[in-house]
Amino acid sequence: MENKTDKNSYTILFAVGMVVVVGGILAFLATSLSPAISQNEKIEKQQNILYVLGINDNEGTNAIFVGTDVAPKEFEKNVTEQIVLTFKDGEITQTQTREEYMAETGQEPYLIDVKKQQTSQKNTGVRKLPLFIGKSPEGKTLYVAPIRGKGLWDAIWGYVAVDEDMIVQGTYFDHKAETPGLGANIKQRYFMDDFYGEHLLTEAGVFKGITVAKGNADPKNERKQDYKVDAIAGATITGDGVTAMIKKDLGLYLPYFQNLKN
Amino acid sequence: MAILSKKDTKLITDPFLDNNPITIQVLGICSALAITAELKASIVMAVSVLFVMGVGNVVISLMRNIIPSKIRIIVQLVIVASLVIMVDQFLKAYAYELSKTLSVFVGLIITNCIIMGRFEAFALGNGAWRSFLDGIGNAAGYGFILILVGFIRELLGSGTLLGIPVLGDPIEKSGLYSIGYENNGFMLLSPMALIVVGIIIWIQRSRNAALIEN
Repeated sequence: MENKTDKNSYTILFAVGMVVVVGGILAFLATSLSPAISQNEKIEKQQNILYVLGINDNEGTNAIFVGTDVAPKEFEKNVTEQIVLTFKDGEITQTQTREEYMAETGQEPYLIDVKKQQTSQKNTGVRKLPLFIGKSPEGKTLYVAPIRGKGLWDAIWGYVAVDEDMIVQGTYFDHKAETPGLGANIKQRYFMDDFYGEHLLTEAGVFKGITVAKGNADPKNERKQDYKVDAIAGATITGDGVTAMIKKDLGLYLPYFQNLKN
Repeated sequence: MAILSKKDTKLITDPFLDNNPITIQVLGICSALAITAELKASIVMAVSVLFVMGVGNVVISLMRNIIPSKIRIIVQLVIVASLVIMVDQFLKAYAYELSKTLSVFVGLIITNCIIMGRFEAFALGNGAWRSFLDGIGNAAGYGFILILVGFIRELLGSGTLLGIPVLGDPIEKSGLYSIGYENNGFMLLSPMALIVVGIIIWIQRSRNAALIEN
């Protein structure tokens, strides 16, 4: 036995065999499960957008989405419009409705991959900016934009709902691999709810963003025009990531809101 | 203990105290530092490792006679990585919510030194049943320390347990906070995990002198 498994030829054969078998099993699994997985991801996006519109099953201090079974129906009902803005060289050059965009690409605007669009912006200067218009349970018209950035370990992303004055009406953040108990807490309500009511624009209409700030002297978050929310202790880099993605991604929508007012 | 012989029982109970993977063998420290700021994360990690260790140890043990010794570490890595990825894919398809909770841990499980350590030290030389017990025992010992550290850090760092405030409200100054108690934010940072684990090791060794090396 000892001799047989020590031979070079056996070792190489074993390695090749193992790679083929394991690779085969994993590839088979990934292919056969991918429809179910992408369906789950689609519904999750709908749940995220509904969440920031204020349509959720929040209980106590927990953030809870509407059920997966009702999400598509609620999405249909509450997201009244999906538009796609084309951002090119610093300005918005085109506004497409959902139908126009789907005729062009065959894809629902809410499924636009923000990561791909960011890469495209970097390489070609052109980026598609999806914006979802819906009604909150109180009947307010809200505009929801997806954002994406970098945390400490990997990607972080989220959705922000604003009203026509770009005052935040709801946020949802998520992350791929932030540290549990620290950076991962950006998806906790105590952090996300702090953004509610915060202004993104100065009185003069300049886009200022919201900074996740350490040593914020406003722990109860009563000041809504300080452009700051309280950071999570021990999660500085994740917090900076949130600040950056709000500044970079939401700022692009500013011209649309300026137009809306005029 | 009719099902388990005395020797088998020892496989499960030993790693709990006198041969604990974290406090005695000092394995799996990386994940013990990274994720114990919260009790819930500690529990999730403990359960995941319990599962992977149990199954992984059995698989390695069954294959122990055909694994070429020169590349055994690579083989172990491949097996544990594929196991974890398979479970992850299944969860993504059929239990999406659960998979999101676990996604952060996938990488941490694959690289957990305890898993490799037990494959190498035990499963390669023992039968499937005993390897299974050894895996479960070590994972439980690991999980026990993880949960203990998570409990201490969350309680002292955030004043909550499993996310539920137990010491009152630090902003409204109610409960314990009304008499001047403050959360120790330092508890949430990784260095404190090291210190807490160190204190546990200290207590353990002062109670059992046999554990002290010369």
